[in-house]
Amino acid sequence: MAESILALTESRQSRGSSTHLREHRADAPVDLPTRSRVVVEGLTALFGATAAVKNVSMTLLDRRVTAIIGPSGCGKSTFLRCLNRMHETVGTASVRGKVLLDGHDIYGQKTNPAAVRRHVGMVFQRPTPFPTMSIRENVAAGLRVARHDDAVRGTVEEIVEKALRRASLWDEVKDRLDTSAVGMSGGQQQRLCIARALATEPDVLLLDEPTASLDPLSTQKVEELVWELRADIAVVIVTHNMQQAARVSDFTAFFLHGEMVEFSPTAEIFTNPLDPRTEAYITGRFG
Amino acid sequence: MVGMADSEPSSKCEVTKRHDPPMTSLPNGGPSKRQRETASRTRKTLRRRRATNAFMVGVLALSAVLATIPLILILYHLLKSGLSSVNVDFFTNTPKPPGETGGGMYNAIVGTLMLVAMASVIGMPVGIGAGLYLAERKGTKLANTVRFLADVLNGLPSIVMGIFAWEFLVKPIGHFSALAGAAALAAMMVPMVTRTTEEMVSLVPTSLREAALALGYSRARTAMTVVLRTATAGIVTGALVAVARIAGETAPLLFTALGNQFTSYALNKPIAALPLQIFNYAVSPYDDWHAQAWAGALVLIALVLIISLAARAATRGRIDLGAD
Repeated sequence: MAESILALTESRQSRGSSTHLREHRADAPVDLPTRSRVVVEGLTALFGATAAVKNVSMTLLDRRVTAIIGPSGCGKSTFLRCLNRMHETVGTASVRGKVLLDGHDIYGQKTNPAAVRRHVGMVFQRPTPFPTMSIRENVAAGLRVARHDDAVRGTVEEIVEKALRRASLWDEVKDRLDTSAVGMSGGQQQRLCIARALATEPDVLLLDEPTASLDPLSTQKVEELVWELRADIAVVIVTHNMQQAARVSDFTAFFLHGEMVEFSPTAEIFTNPLDPRTEAYITGRFG
Repeated sequence: MVGMADSEPSSKCEVTKRHDPPMTSLPNGGPSKRQRETASRTRKTLRRRRATNAFMVGVLALSAVLATIPLILILYHLLKSGLSSVNVDFFTNTPKPPGETGGGMYNAIVGTLMLVAMASVIGMPVGIGAGLYLAERKGTKLANTVRFLADVLNGLPSIVMGIFAWEFLVKPIGHFSALAGAAALAAMMVPMVTRTTEEMVSLVPTSLREAALALGYSRARTAMTVVLRTATAGIVTGALVAVARIAGETAPLLFTALGNQFTSYALNKPIAALPLQIFNYAVSPYDDWHAQAWAGALVLIALVLIISLAARAATRGRIDLGAD
């Protein structure tokens, strides 16, 4: 399956979709080598007896951005939270099926959820800086629980700077690393959260509507950032905004009523959807 | 009046239709009878609403003043009767036998400070731990039971707490002690601290917990570092309020710490306390002792006030969690 998707990606990479990212895409190495990073097999996520995600199977590729779109309540956020075992932290929630991270079942008997989350970073809809910590401490927060076998190298100073640079926040905060993170703007806070997630060098980054509470300029910065991250890791972004999915992603999955209706290269899904329900959604007939 | 009625529609017209000439007067030369009646009704309604509003604001202001009157009266009376006896002797001397003038409450001040400190050392960790559990394990059977019992304990008369401490600590050991008094005060403190801690921890948004979990923090580590640290200011405030409350308790000490005419630093001996000393002096027949009781009450209130101010200062440094 991964191969067929790859073949489709090649065909669309010349097109480009929006003006402001076209330049980026020209810069970005378009032929980054990839491989399957996360394989989801028959995933069903439940709240009590109600299934919020029903029997979803998909493959997420390394160095590619996968967008998940769909109307409110379609299970896209729940699906995302299954990929780093956050789903089960809510009272009656449970998961069935398999999620393989580099061939390793993250729902295996002996797997520690905290260890999974150190490899699969997550950024939420609203910025969640720790209010009692400085900017530096926020970025370094994940390092305190990192293990020696994790891919983290260098001193805390170096790691913090690198993470902030990757989140294109370094120049804005380098002179006030020891001030509270609460004093930052919403967009800065969100990029701080991304830096915090990146500091531990995750293999996969999950973004749950990361720009939903941001202004257009901050949104643009976060989108550019997502596109840059694509050079290193697999990114999954849940979004309400179809233009955003079109701008930042290589693949798009369309969810409806907990089921995955369609999973195709982004250009295909927006120009030539296979399923009539996908077409209805992207042309704005519901949702 | 006519001019007013005219100018209003004309200004509206200017907003909607820019090019119309402004209307200076209505064709028939003024508002109709119906319009005049409506206007007069509106004026009456407005007048009534303003009067009602003024009346209610007055009633509420009066309530607010009444609420503070007891405090003002108490402070006035304490200052009038007690201030004259508050001097260096009061803070440095122990009580003199009846008939001799002078003497102070050094022993009681030391005793109260020791009792409160010991009670805090015992009560705060237990209360904060219990509160954290109640908030982080909401809905479990144990949490619900503990919360209910904490509420019952909070409403328990303090004299009952004293009898309980006597039964379990004083009677088996065979004598009154500072430790038994501190234990009784700690038992009073635990449910107060538990409930305020629970409330403060519950105020920490779930999103913050999720952010920590998503970084690979374990549940326990999330609770102990991120959650507890975020709620610290509120918890400190709650704990200091509890300290202020137990500092003034008399009943739990009657059967436990007992009181002492001499200065004692021993934990296994009876110890003096300000509330006990005030009680003993107030029921005595000597005028000199009455004055000392007033002074003791004044010092006790000052102590509580200082603790409350410290609590206020701690709250001021609180981080606003509601901002987004």
